Amino acid sequence: MSTGPGFDPELGLAQTSGSLPDGRQRPGMFGVTGTGDTSGFSGLQREPWVELPAERPYGGYFDDVMDAFAEAYPEYEAAIEKVTLHRGELTVHLHREHVARVCQVFRDDPALRFELLSSVHGVDYLAREGADGPRLHAVYQLTSMTFRRRIRLEVGVSTADPHIPSVTAVYPTADWQEREAWDLFGIVFDGHPALTRIMMPDDWDGHPQRKDYPLGGVPVDYKGATIPPPDERRAYR
Amino acid sequence: MTTSDFYSPSRETTEGRIYNVSGGDWDTVLGNDPLHEERLIVNMGPQHPSTHGVLRLVLELEGETVTDARVVVGYLHTGIEKNAEFRTWTQGSTFVTRCDYLSPLFNETSYSMAVEKLLGITVPDRANLIRVMMMEINRISSHWVWLATGGMELGALTAMTNGFRARERCLDILEMITGLRMNHAYVRPGGLAQDLPEGTLLKVRDWIKAMDTEIAGVDRLLRGQPIWINRLKGVGWIGVEGCLALGVTGPLLRSAGLPWDLRKTEPYLGYETYDFDVPTDDGGDCWSRFVVRVAEMRESLRIISQVVDRIEQTPGRVMVDDPKIAWPAQLSIGSDGMGNSPAHVNKIMNGSMEALIHHFKLVTEGFRVPAGQVYVPVEGPRGELGAHVVSDGGTRPYRVHLRDPSFVNLQAVAAMSIGGLIADVIASVASIDPVMGGCDR
Repeated sequence: MSTGPGFDPELGLAQTSGSLPDGRQRPGMFGVTGTGDTSGFSGLQREPWVELPAERPYGGYFDDVMDAFAEAYPEYEAAIEKVTLHRGELTVHLHREHVARVCQVFRDDPALRFELLSSVHGVDYLAREGADGPRLHAVYQLTSMTFRRRIRLEVGVSTADPHIPSVTAVYPTADWQEREAWDLFGIVFDGHPALTRIMMPDDWDGHPQRKDYPLGGVPVDYKGATIPPPDERRAYR
Repeated sequence: MTTSDFYSPSRETTEGRIYNVSGGDWDTVLGNDPLHEERLIVNMGPQHPSTHGVLRLVLELEGETVTDARVVVGYLHTGIEKNAEFRTWTQGSTFVTRCDYLSPLFNETSYSMAVEKLLGITVPDRANLIRVMMMEINRISSHWVWLATGGMELGALTAMTNGFRARERCLDILEMITGLRMNHAYVRPGGLAQDLPEGTLLKVRDWIKAMDTEIAGVDRLLRGQPIWINRLKGVGWIGVEGCLALGVTGPLLRSAGLPWDLRKTEPYLGYETYDFDVPTDDGGDCWSRFVVRVAEMRESLRIISQVVDRIEQTPGRVMVDDPKIAWPAQLSIGSDGMGNSPAHVNKIMNGSMEALIHHFKLVTEGFRVPAGQVYVPVEGPRGELGAHVVSDGGTRPYRVHLRDPSFVNLQAVAAMSIGGLIADVIASVASIDPVMGGCDR
């Protein structure tokens, strides 16, 4: 159960399912904690939070999926880092070396049949880097058309070693989407046929959707005053 | 799997292999190929009227036959996902609406539904009914643009003029309700920006009759037209297996024969309670896509005529009844256009200091969304439109990703065009109905 800073048992926020993410529970309407200064001059703050692992039974079809997965994939225990359940959506956090083989099983096993890879994209959990695990996450949204099920796979890597096996051989649709994740987050998909930039120009420097990449706005003059770009404006905690 | 590429020389760096796609010397590319003189590389786009916005196709031709095709996108990348991370949750609506600019209400709805799922709130029935109506009107207007631009590209200029005329009538309805023709920001986390103005449903009913006539007219104009048939039949084929492998959804998948429509298969917003069919065809070619899309417009009209009755019978709010989330200002039309209602302004400026503070805090700071991540897909006019929204518990989205069907479906261009004629590439691309704003985001 969550015991993060600011956790308020009276609100019962973290007691609904046991699977709410750990970290900040901000009680009160405008998040007043400490001095009560919500003027925003403290700047944009991103505090770390991690999702708590869920316990079986997950409910719905998720137990069937995980049972079938355990049966079909011999390295089940070794592949899974944790399983989280939030708002009725199951996320299987995998160790990266397994992701392509796991996708193959998810696609081909008759009890799983996730024929469609809806989406592959990145998320940068900057504040997690270090103690709370890797920072760059690749998110795979799988859809089973046969059983009408959805499940999410997630793989985390660090910026120092951002390599994940490509799933293009299993799901050709991952081609452009992995290119986008490389382009915008710098995740390297090993085995991708041509991992080039897709959104940014070919000679672009850096990976713009990383959290430590500036938004790049310019100050705007308005009636004699200067309005700073959005990422440098005062922000509410 | 190969890691070397004909057209893009690569070099090893500390960050892995870097490919350079700026091109090279043709002699090194072509080598001693005896067909050297026969082979022609045509760079079509990004500024080409037939490539649907800034889409670039690099085609390798032998005579008029396409032997290789490459699709280059990214010319309309606007960083919407990144920008949304620096604004409030409500402002996020104004960003996502600009992605796929022909289906703005779908972008807004999938984003808003994702935020509502994270918040764990239920939106009033009336708001959901209006969302359904708006999305279906939007689906029809989007299909009109597909018909208009696709027809224009194939030389059917009457389809273009009729299509844009009919689309304009759809936009009139959307403008009357939201105030804008495009980029509405009408659907917001928690509900809608405002209720329907007076007399809307009457106008929508008239519009349904007008649309029925417009659809029938275009159908009569094109279905038996020999040039239209010859340009579309057997062109740009892709089967169900190809669609699934390439992640292609929407009318393309249904025209290949699989009745996969999220409104039926994973119903949301009460779509399971409406009486409508999912049109399919088994051709898998451009002609089938024409047939399916025209049929879809008729099905959307069926849904709209049902939902209009329900809206009439469902009074109530269009925003959640939670003052911590609901936008405080009541919008209304005044003599100087749409804005905060005079009563509301009077209340916060002259009546209640607390209401003023509340208004100010909620508008400038916004509400907080519990930490977590959700993925909410809806059936857009082009296929599965999903919003993956991550919150860190703050007043701004931590990450918003739109799984846009244009982006994914465009990967099928090569499969559809290689081996065909160059003229058929135009038909294939038009039949995918890509919107580059959504593709590049």
